[in-house]
Amino acid sequence: MTNDGTRPGQSRERWGSRAGFLFAAIGSAIGLGNIWRFPAVAYQNGGGAFLLPYLIALLTAGLPLLILTYTVGRKYRKSPPAAYREMAKPAQFIGWWQVAICFVIATYYAVILAWGVRYIGFSFGEQWGDDPEAFLFGDFLQASETPGEIGGYVGGVFWPLLAIWVVVLIILALGVRRGIEKANLFFIPSLVAFFLVLVIRALTLDGAGTGLDALFSPDWSALGQGSVWIAAYGQIFFSLSVGFGIMVTYASYLGRRSDLSGSALVAGFANSSFEILAGIGVFATLGFMAHTEGVPVDEVAADGLGLAFVAFPTVISSMPAGWLFGLLFFLSLVIAGFTSLVSIVQVIVASVQDRTGMKRVPAVIVVGGLTAVVSIALFASDSGVHFLDAADHFINQYGIAMAALVFVVVVAWLLRRLPDLQAHANETSAVRLGQWWLVCLGIITPLVLGWMMVDSLRAEFEENYEGYSTDFLVTYGWGVAGGALVVGILISLIPWRSDGTSLSGGPGAPGDGATTDSRKGRR
Amino acid sequence: MSTSAVIMMAIAILIVWGGLVAALLKLRGHPDEPDDEEPTGTVA
Repeated sequence: MTNDGTRPGQSRERWGSRAGFLFAAIGSAIGLGNIWRFPAVAYQNGGGAFLLPYLIALLTAGLPLLILTYTVGRKYRKSPPAAYREMAKPAQFIGWWQVAICFVIATYYAVILAWGVRYIGFSFGEQWGDDPEAFLFGDFLQASETPGEIGGYVGGVFWPLLAIWVVVLIILALGVRRGIEKANLFFIPSLVAFFLVLVIRALTLDGAGTGLDALFSPDWSALGQGSVWIAAYGQIFFSLSVGFGIMVTYASYLGRRSDLSGSALVAGFANSSFEILAGIGVFATLGFMAHTEGVPVDEVAADGLGLAFVAFPTVISSMPAGWLFGLLFFLSLVIAGFTSLVSIVQVIVASVQDRTGMKRVPAVIVVGGLTAVVSIALFASDSGVHFLDAADHFINQYGIAMAALVFVVVVAWLLRRLPDLQAHANETSAVRLGQWWLVCLGIITPLVLGWMMVDSLRAEFEENYEGYSTDFLVTYGWGVAGGALVVGILISLIPWRSDGTSLSGGPGAPGDGATTDSRKGRR
Repeated sequence: MSTSAVIMMAIAILIVWGGLVAALLKLRGHPDEPDDEEPTGTVA
């Protein structure tokens, strides 16, 4: 065996153990959204009653999609573009589209981790003072008045961002088994341990019960609203990281006899378990905040950046030994995001490797390095927070969700590959896939994703997102999301060597669609 | 906390964490078969 997890004659890296794959898959699924998005979404959409649409969404779309992506990855044993290309040559554009989406997300996701790293330090001494919001946008980020104009770089963001990228690239350079797997085997148990301590502390705070009451009191009338069901499917969908090729990539390092459906159930339920835990921790804390300020919970409920970098600092300042709470919270946030970032960048690196035949370390340096440079150039600037806001919203709605919709429709309806993939998964899986799997993916998932898209587009044209100017949104929102699709299509048009035109070396190079490995993997 | 909130929290925990435990047990009962490329230690 070579030191990168491959054997002589074996062209693809492999996970060292089933646990290694599971931890990596869970590490990818559990990200910032579990901590700062789920609690607020549940609270705003029926509280305890949200559980019903949430579970239905998990069972009818989340898990079936997860199983589908695992199956595609394991069957073709290639990164998304090459795997989809084996299904049908033109379908590779979806893969490159997903790679472009991963590129965009990686560039801004990393900067949030850099902020988290700084806030671990700020927790000691509560350096945000009396006004955490003014501190965040003013003292710390030095956010420019005009979105889109870069007036300079912020050293306090630049250096931690650089450090994050160096660590990510080192882990990727070490490979699937020695890098990604080992990192997740260490980080995920650490994350759970830190977060459990945080939740226990939160539950002992005055007002914790009020916060939990706000989160879990059921509003059954919410179930009659379509928007609540869209929110449930949206949360499951974004939380599981199913739309941008990560799980296809990770599953491509599985052995041919590995379980698929059972692993997907474990990863899916682990992701939701962490979300429930995060909901309890976040709302117990918000209950304490409401109690301290003498206001109802709905006045302090927040999500996203506002929750992490404004509400939590406020809470930390008002509790005894707040530094410890801050340390646990921001450390958890950074770890949760970090393991997801690693998986996102791996999609890009693996896709370029499969396409060009580059070895891992040069691919990590060139591709990962380029991603890091763009990330630092844009997001360490004083306009970084504005870029982030627009890019995140549009790439999620019109990148991830739309790519997933196109992928499901192509696989289920145009190529009609679901029965084939179902048989492939059933050969080795703990849980047999029946007709329900075909119905969920062929009918329910496309309908729900399509409905989400229409609903989201309608809101987009009613008013400008977050009140940004149309010019700014066209460039950094629509432009980024549309750009990812265009880049995906353009890359897919470059002829492959097996088409008669060469980009890379001799026969059998990874990605030519005709390697020994792919033939063996095809069932 | 109100009774309905406590009940919903308990149900959420039972279903989701219970689902995780059930999935783990199911997976444990179905170890991967070795294949010709299997590195040592792959079977859980």
